[in-house]
Amino acid sequence: MKKYSFKIILLGTLVTLFTLTSCLKDLDQVPQDKDIVLADELFNDPAAYKQVLAKLYAGLAISGQQGPAGMPDITGIDEGFSQYLRQYWLAQEVTTDEAVIGWADGSLPDYHEHDWTPSNEFIAALYNRIIYQITSCNAFLRETTEAKLSGRGVTGQLLSDIQDYRNEARFLRALSYSHALDLYGKFPFVTEADEVGFFFPQQKTRAELFSFVESELLDIEGKLVAPKSNEYARADQAAAWTLLAKLYLNAEVYTGTANFSDCVTYSEKVINAGYDLDNNYENLFLADNYGADGVIFPIAFDGLKTQSYGGTTFLIHAQVGGSMNAADFGITGAWGGNRTTSAFVNTFNSGIDVDASNSAIGAPSNWGIVGAVNGWGGTPDLVLFQTGTANVYQAYYNLPDGDIKFRPDNSWGSDFGDNGSNISVSAGLYKVTVNVSSQEYSIKKDPRAMFHTDGQTLEIESVGTFTDGYAITKFKNVDQAGNAGSDTGGTFTDTDFPLFRIADVYLMYAEATLRGGGGSEATAVSYMNLLKNRGTNNFGTVTSIDLDYILNERARELYWEGHRRTDLIRFGKFTGGDYVWPWKGGTPEGTATPSYLDVFPIPSSDMNANPNLSQNTGY
Amino acid sequence: MKNFKIFLFNVLLLFPVLMFAQQTVKGTVTEATGNTALPGVGIMIKGTIKGSATDFDGNYTIENVKPGDVLVFTYMGFNTKEVSVGNNTTINVALTENAQALDEVVIVGYGTTSVKDATGSITSVKAEDLNKGAIVSPEQMLTGKVAGVVITSDGGAPGSGATIRIRGGASLTASNNPLFIIDGVPVDGNGISGISNPLSTINPNDIESYTILKDASATAIYGSRASNGVIIITTKKGNGGGFQATYSANFSVNQNLQTVDAMSADQFRDYVNANGLATDIALLGNANTDWQDQIFELAYGTDHNLSLKGGSEKLNYRGSIGYTNQSGTLLTSKLERATYSLSIGSKLFDDHLKIDFNTKVSLLNNRFADQGAVGNAISFDPTKPVYSGNSNFGGYYEWLGTDGNPLTVGAPKNPLALLKQRENISNASRAIGNIQFDYKMHFLPELRANLNLGFDKSSGSGENSIFNSATSNTIELSKLGSISQYEQVKENLVSDFYLDYAKDLESINSSIDVMAGYSYQNFKENGSNTDNIQDRTLTETFDYINQLNLQSFFGRVKYSYADKYLLTLTYRRDGSSRFSKANRWANFPSAAFAWKIYEESFMQNSETISNLKLRLSWGITGQQDVGGFYPAIPTYLGSTSTAAYQFGGAFINTFRAEPFNTTLKWEETETYNAGVDFGLFDDFVTGSVDAYFRKTKDLLNFIPFPGGSSLSNAGLANIGKMENKGVELMLNVKPIRTEDLNLNVGLNFTYADTKITQLTTNDGADYEGVPVGGFSGGTGNYIQRHSVGFTPNSFFVYEQVYDTNGKPLEGVYVDRNNDGQISNADKYRFEKPSADFTMGLTTDLNYKKWNLNMAWRANIGNYVYNNVDSNLAFRDQLLNSAFPTVIGNGVENILETSFINGGAARYLSDYYVQEASFVKLDNVSVGYNFGDIFGNESNLSLSGSVQNVLTITDYVGLDPEVGNGIDYNIYPRPRTYMLGVNLNF
Repeated sequence: MKKYSFKIILLGTLVTLFTLTSCLKDLDQVPQDKDIVLADELFNDPAAYKQVLAKLYAGLAISGQQGPAGMPDITGIDEGFSQYLRQYWLAQEVTTDEAVIGWADGSLPDYHEHDWTPSNEFIAALYNRIIYQITSCNAFLRETTEAKLSGRGVTGQLLSDIQDYRNEARFLRALSYSHALDLYGKFPFVTEADEVGFFFPQQKTRAELFSFVESELLDIEGKLVAPKSNEYARADQAAAWTLLAKLYLNAEVYTGTANFSDCVTYSEKVINAGYDLDNNYENLFLADNYGADGVIFPIAFDGLKTQSYGGTTFLIHAQVGGSMNAADFGITGAWGGNRTTSAFVNTFNSGIDVDASNSAIGAPSNWGIVGAVNGWGGTPDLVLFQTGTANVYQAYYNLPDGDIKFRPDNSWGSDFGDNGSNISVSAGLYKVTVNVSSQEYSIKKDPRAMFHTDGQTLEIESVGTFTDGYAITKFKNVDQAGNAGSDTGGTFTDTDFPLFRIADVYLMYAEATLRGGGGSEATAVSYMNLLKNRGTNNFGTVTSIDLDYILNERARELYWEGHRRTDLIRFGKFTGGDYVWPWKGGTPEGTATPSYLDVFPIPSSDMNANPNLSQNTGY
Repeated sequence: MKNFKIFLFNVLLLFPVLMFAQQTVKGTVTEATGNTALPGVGIMIKGTIKGSATDFDGNYTIENVKPGDVLVFTYMGFNTKEVSVGNNTTINVALTENAQALDEVVIVGYGTTSVKDATGSITSVKAEDLNKGAIVSPEQMLTGKVAGVVITSDGGAPGSGATIRIRGGASLTASNNPLFIIDGVPVDGNGISGISNPLSTINPNDIESYTILKDASATAIYGSRASNGVIIITTKKGNGGGFQATYSANFSVNQNLQTVDAMSADQFRDYVNANGLATDIALLGNANTDWQDQIFELAYGTDHNLSLKGGSEKLNYRGSIGYTNQSGTLLTSKLERATYSLSIGSKLFDDHLKIDFNTKVSLLNNRFADQGAVGNAISFDPTKPVYSGNSNFGGYYEWLGTDGNPLTVGAPKNPLALLKQRENISNASRAIGNIQFDYKMHFLPELRANLNLGFDKSSGSGENSIFNSATSNTIELSKLGSISQYEQVKENLVSDFYLDYAKDLESINSSIDVMAGYSYQNFKENGSNTDNIQDRTLTETFDYINQLNLQSFFGRVKYSYADKYLLTLTYRRDGSSRFSKANRWANFPSAAFAWKIYEESFMQNSETISNLKLRLSWGITGQQDVGGFYPAIPTYLGSTSTAAYQFGGAFINTFRAEPFNTTLKWEETETYNAGVDFGLFDDFVTGSVDAYFRKTKDLLNFIPFPGGSSLSNAGLANIGKMENKGVELMLNVKPIRTEDLNLNVGLNFTYADTKITQLTTNDGADYEGVPVGGFSGGTGNYIQRHSVGFTPNSFFVYEQVYDTNGKPLEGVYVDRNNDGQISNADKYRFEKPSADFTMGLTTDLNYKKWNLNMAWRANIGNYVYNNVDSNLAFRDQLLNSAFPTVIGNGVENILETSFINGGAARYLSDYYVQEASFVKLDNVSVGYNFGDIFGNESNLSLSGSVQNVLTITDYVGLDPEVGNGIDYNIYPRPRTYMLGVNLNF
């Protein structure tokens, strides 16, 4: 009996051991979901390389792997907020005279009030987004080394395509590092040599980052696909040149040493690549702007395929509110957030040489403008000039608030206005066109001044009130024919965002030239007149330019495109008291703010995670 | 009747000895507490076989007794008493009831113990002591009953879930839910698609008892999942007696007690006329609509249960069926449930092999109401009618744009339409079952082998249809509604095997019990979610499949010396598939010592103390439930087709390199516990006191990663420390015990304090912590922070400044850092949502056939962020200039503050963080037992109860009991009136 039991126990033990050993293997679980692929297996599919590259580009456009939201790339902030362009736009625009945002979202109001701290979650989200983009590019570069590719037997066309992809990944990484050094100065530095894991990256100085970005771009500028010959929305040589030009333009801010001549050099490279300005400024910001001229590098969006609550979906929804009709913008719901300050509106009251512009129209006519502008005849009427068309006269003038009429020969012998009554004009710089035979007239601002003023006040009493401050109508989810974008729900937009465009390069050339970069000032003036003279869109001419002109023209041409903060800093006007705008520093009329705000703080979340970091001075 | 049976039993037992009685001592034996006469008490002359017994009136006579004799009085359920005869001829004796509860068997991990031999902090509650009334889900029975266990229901929806916290929760990011073990099956603690509360799949009527394991000595045998306590649910079994059937039914009516103080139509008109622009005033209508009135109704529920049980010594069985139908007070919400259970127990081979089989199946149909209607009912303009008068959008009045399309942003939705134009239904089922073999070796009866095979399988599917006429979907331009569907199957298999060797070692006055075993558990889930079935061009399906495997080796040694000194050591080694090979396994030991002081000779004659036991324990438990399934493996995640990127003319679906952490490992909680179990004045008062201190390290924490080190900015890492400490007291007092009148009072009291002691790698002094507690009003605002030195979820706010009348001044806050401006640096931590003290009080009064129960509960020191007031009581919310064609209603608080806007800072004012201490009378029930009125040992009882009777609080919002401390859009907990019948036959 005893012996028998022993055998049973022994047998039982052995069976148990065998079962256990096989059971213990069950602890090695791997994903079985078709959407979750083991890193080791992904690149068995040759198509995967392009799909991972697409994610690097998509990192600028969408917030996660499930459009419009779900499975976010970064956390700690609402996913809709976390999108790269939205964050970048807020940091570059809402901190300046170009934009205020009315929402009580977390510490968002800090941006315009210039009182942000290291715990500001928007500053942290942008920081995290930039690092995310960098580490994603690094991961791709790590997975596509020569050793790995040959290990996987990659040859032929795929191998050469992957070389292009790698160069583009390096461009995207350089782009994000350029944002990092511009926004934060110091930044944690990682490359493809750093495997992921829980370690503490070293922080590089602004100058070190500048050198890295410069050397990367110089290395790939010759390797990237030639200008305008890559697939739409992918980077080419012109994108790298534009980024280099931007870097050199700001080199003095970043490194203490100016380098305007290289800015001129690389601007010229882009210009010589043959980009045209679009005849119609408005076309650059419409749902079908993939066809617009002059875009060097866009961030592409699609109402059905590339959905997020950031990007142009944010830009368009947030700019609509008050009495604006959402349907005019190709959307169904207004979010009512963004407006602008009077300081920016007023930049459109200058920007052309009025006399030169008028004489460029033609000879003076006998018709003129009478009204508040000349005390109803107290001084001579403002002369209108003869256009190429008979009986059509035109002139550029800065008009004050008040009424006007048209009349010939400084006399009331005949006159016209609206049905005989006066024409009411609010103050501003106008192009006035009169057809004295049909008795039709137009009084137009610079066509780039796309304001919605109905129901809005020019000055802002309360930032939270949408109707305070002019609204802006620049971005729209309708095509040139006025049809709404592809998302029939009217939420997600097709409009691509022109991150780099030729007008910016003209302006960089002009500025670098004025700052002693060695370009031709005459050429610079001619470029400025290209911006004024766009087919049906033209608005005056300019005969000479100075740096103030450049800063204002950059505002007029590039407002709400994410340039303003960097521009104001380069001109020494972002902080301090040299230039104040409404609600700068949190006061209605604007106040001086301390200069340490020229770089954003290192977010406290990273300061607490990484002992190798030091904070920017002042925070 | 019970007494009569005992009388008979004792008489029969003593019959042989009665034959030898001769000389005479007389007396009466009574019960010590109530002076009730005890019939059938056995009286023996010590050292002889001579004896007697009391008669029906408690009187006895015993003859032929010598003065040196000692009489021994024994009575079932009472403490034996010895009295020396001396010269007495009359000896009256009062017997004290022995604390029967002490011998009660308590289920613990992989075995059982008795209350008196337990070394850990264990509370066992029997079904009859639990909350009564119209109870749908098991945890409701336990609310307020046990010290250290805080249960907060999620709201008033039928079958809605609850947050259950034992000792406050030891984790930050990982789950703080206790482990539930139902009849030996550790069940899946996560949600099931289509069921709002996974516990609601268990019919409370089938529950026999709960055992709550609190300290590490008790829980560590469940190692990796035990940090937040363990709740063991045992269901009712057959008792081996004769056939017995029980039918119970109840009918309930649910009524909302009060509504949110939204402005009336007239108040709103006055407000808009005084504060609005002309365009706002022009939008006012003529109707007087109480929107909350429109969306709530009286709700009815019924519940039927039939159970049959019986069998013999060898084979017993119990089966039950139950049906519950419960509507919610919010229109359209409804729960229907059918439950089936079967349990069979058998004993074979001379009782050497015991086989227990249990299965529980439930089928649920839900219709979920759109709870967004609650908020919209507050904010929808009360001067507007419910119906527009035309047939557009189902005839409901809605805010429309100039183009006649509904406004998608900035306009409240007609709350009634939200409810009526949506049908969100689910069908779900769950089956939990196990079969357990317990074999006592024939050749070595001290050795027991136990094999338990169990499963927990659930499936759910549902469909959420928003009608074509509704405005609440986002594709109204095409005038199509939307239908989304989901389905899910979850399968959890468990097998445990252990050997147990128990032996009394009389030679050394000891007993020992050694157990060792192995457990295997596998969780598998798969399912899919499909959106936009209505518009096939937009249809997209996400499917998923996940698997988690847990395996363990465990052992326990129990040693007892002289039945006074008890030592328990446990050990568990756990492996989880969540972690990489290097970090997969972890060890969880525990040790406990108990001293039954009352058993010491010096205590035996104590008048005051009738029981006293000291318990000390230490142990380590773990946690691995962080939600994800593969956090330590490098993977790529594909994108949906709506997250593609355009290259040229093509849209490319992307792959993302996923963040992972190969260093991820177990979270470890070390618990020290000291407790005393006591009985006083012959167990007039019984109870226990426990004090604990708990330290968690390597918190599985969702924290910011060092920028650049990972593939995301934040994720899971083992960083952070937390400390919990607390005191728990449970008391049971029986102030009245007479034949006709009994009163039993149960009181529990808990003090708990939790602090975070480390949060990040590099905790800086000025780090404000991890933002948590998002709320309504401005995306990205968080009202709470996890921060070092403070309780998790502490509120982080500006300090409001008030005028001399106590009215808050808009936009004026205390400049706490005196830097001349109000910035983020002026925020401070102010209170927290968890209560410092929680208390429960239960009274159970029996008078003849009547009984009256009351259950009171109190929370002291808990605070709530009044998000209703903060988001719906300022002008720019009601009359938002971004949406000039819409006006919205608010709550009366706006009349007190007259706030205009104030931006994010106003939302974050401590003005809205309000004390929400409360005392609640949860339940009053009255029952009458008709007894055997139908004959045949049948029994009929009727009961009536009211739940959610009374709330005493200073909190101004709807209900001070708010789980996460943020009061918004809560589905009001209704008051429930119930009539019930219970018939045994």
